[in-house]
Amino acid sequence: MKITRKDFLRLSGLGLLAVAGGKAVRAVAERKSEQTPEQTSTTSAKAVRWGMAIDLEKCRRKDGCGRCIKACHSTHNVPQFADRAHEVKWIWKEPFKNVFPASQSDYTRDFFGDLPVLLACNHCDDPPCVGVCPVDATWKRANGVVTIDFHRCIGCRYCMAACPYGARSFNWQDPRPAIANVNPDFPTRTMGVVEKCNFCEERLAKGLGPACAESCEEKAIVFGDLERPDSEVRKLLHSRFAVQRKPELGTGPAVYYIV
Amino acid sequence: MNDRPLILAGLTLFVGLVTTPIWHGALDRNAALAAPQIQLPTQEKQCVAPASYMRTSHMQLLEHWRDEAVRDGQRQFIAFNGKSYEKSPTRTCVTECHTDRKEFCERCHDYAAVSDSDCWHCHNDSPRASRGMP
Amino acid sequence: MVILVNTSTGKRKYWLWITSLLCAMLAGSLCYVLQLMHGLAVTGLSRDVSWGLYIAQFTFFVGVAASAVMVVLPYYLHDYGQFGRITVLGELLAVTAVTMCILFIFVDLGQPARVFNIVLHPQPRSVVFWDMIALSGYLLMNAVIAGVTLTARREQVPVPGWIKPVILLSIPWAISIHTVTAFLYSGLAGRSYWLTAILAPRFLASAFASGPALLILLCLLLRKLTGFDAGRDAIQKLAVIVAYALAINIFLILAEVFTAFYSEIPAHEEHFKYLFLGLNGDHHLVPWMWLSVLLSWVALALLLVPTWRHNVRLLTVACVCVFVSIWLDKGLGLIVGGLVPSPLGAVTRYAPTLPESTIVLGVWASGALMITVLYKITLSVWKDN
Repeated sequence: MKITRKDFLRLSGLGLLAVAGGKAVRAVAERKSEQTPEQTSTTSAKAVRWGMAIDLEKCRRKDGCGRCIKACHSTHNVPQFADRAHEVKWIWKEPFKNVFPASQSDYTRDFFGDLPVLLACNHCDDPPCVGVCPVDATWKRANGVVTIDFHRCIGCRYCMAACPYGARSFNWQDPRPAIANVNPDFPTRTMGVVEKCNFCEERLAKGLGPACAESCEEKAIVFGDLERPDSEVRKLLHSRFAVQRKPELGTGPAVYYIV
Repeated sequence: MNDRPLILAGLTLFVGLVTTPIWHGALDRNAALAAPQIQLPTQEKQCVAPASYMRTSHMQLLEHWRDEAVRDGQRQFIAFNGKSYEKSPTRTCVTECHTDRKEFCERCHDYAAVSDSDCWHCHNDSPRASRGMP
Repeated sequence: MVILVNTSTGKRKYWLWITSLLCAMLAGSLCYVLQLMHGLAVTGLSRDVSWGLYIAQFTFFVGVAASAVMVVLPYYLHDYGQFGRITVLGELLAVTAVTMCILFIFVDLGQPARVFNIVLHPQPRSVVFWDMIALSGYLLMNAVIAGVTLTARREQVPVPGWIKPVILLSIPWAISIHTVTAFLYSGLAGRSYWLTAILAPRFLASAFASGPALLILLCLLLRKLTGFDAGRDAIQKLAVIVAYALAINIFLILAEVFTAFYSEIPAHEEHFKYLFLGLNGDHHLVPWMWLSVLLSWVALALLLVPTWRHNVRLLTVACVCVFVSIWLDKGLGLIVGGLVPSPLGAVTRYAPTLPESTIVLGVWASGALMITVLYKITLSVWKDN
């Protein structure tokens, strides 16, 4: 049977497309069945929801204190870059007027506009960063921690654009030269990936509290299971007035501020 | 248009490119011909999987460890012989056995011209005694 | 072989053009190697302004790609025969523009070797997933349509019947690619400059102004360089389309300004203030934004008045003004204005660095080379048949 070159090429092309399409469908189907529901590292039957309450009044008792920041950044090998444009930070302080701009006015700015507020990732209930990641490199674990898979991140920085809190940092260059004392117990990251506070997952897995909470001498950071009514953080939220950052956006932050 | 010079030129270029491994290797004085001598661990005799499997598929094993540990939170690996290991390149592979990657990993990788695994851009490649993150 | 012959013959000016494009591409590639070695720190991007020129160019050129629908729709859906000579040109412009978009995304990635993770681990809840499907589909569609129509013309046969539904599909698809690109931004709760329902219509209006404007310029250039005449009626009709799209775009911008400044909500106002008045001592974008405004009004006047529109020289000026104006607004102001002030109110200055600009130039040069080659093939097919 005679077949023209054009028809042969056309048939081969369609054949290849069919094979590729079949493979693609099979790959997606297999991936869906591979995704086992994530199991938490805790033994309790009820789901844990890690959260944090930061007592701003206790925090500002020590002027210029940065113990929690040092503890976090040294534990997790967070690089310290002098250039503000390229800085990487998991936890830091900002003046109240920047964090809660809608909650202060000309008449209140003098009093508390410049008071420091401790900021980190809010590990939201409905994280916008998770929704936008094109490769599922960031997701919310069953225990509430919004985590990053540094192996998968392609560095598109969509999550940084989506975060309403500016909680995420990008490695614009190789971080290792900017780490003064590498903590050998924790990996570093590589250039080209996004990173942020991880609620000290690795410490939680060992039954320890987060580095920031443990290092605070004033005990201003209270960390615990928001699902347990008798946890220290829940008891605090029951007794003191607390606010979240930008609650009107519907993100449901797990970090509360006792003002 | 006379196609012959073009065809001959293209053919020569193609043959030259395709046979690069042969003539480039022959010209390269630094290329070793003997099989690489890797330094085996002294303490442990058994790897997390049979050596034959590790020789062919250690990358696949590491990728499964990576996804299971990071994405599923499953950090314990039960080996074929029933022993339990932590899925960690630093804490298990490096600390328990392959303490110097230059003497072990890189010998074969360099010989086979396999690009160096970029695990070590992030993970610690020196032995760690205490338990912690991989 | 035919393609090679078609693109390897040409005058001295043509080869000079090709050589300079290749040089620009080489320079861009070398700067990209620098970026691969040292990271995106070689750009002017920062923790606050994490997206800049690369993503802005991507956004702008998706618009240029979508604009092919402005020639395809009248010709295929409404039998507007005057567009017969330029539908292929519009489709090939779309193919080139989408290729440039893909390149811009690629050079923006921090871990480009992992780019296939998007395909290996698809996330339908991310708009990027739908954007990839839309853009790849559109690229394929237009490439096939242009290829089939050109082949049919070269072999003096009517186009095969199956291409008609593909062409018809490309019409709503073109609308969708730019809508999806707008949705990348307009769903982000934390970015009040982008969080507006009007963003998608604005994108479409600016696309349908800037794309056809570029097409007019390319047609006029082709007429001057090769004698290929797209037809006076076609060009005039395109100019009218640009005029109306530009008018709608200006209206939509003014509507945004009204909402921001009449409501006086600080979160809405501050991004406009940063772009048009300057904020916290940073004014470096202000002249560019006002230039964009001025150029758009000048262009609108030139395009609406028939005597001026019929004048080829003034039409050229108008189209250049439209293109530059919308490029400034969408290819620079949109992204930077959305990210400044930051969620914590910080004003961080963004200016592209030399390596960053060279990489952008390299991608433009790749697009220019691609369109040159594609148009040369088209013209030779038209000339011989």
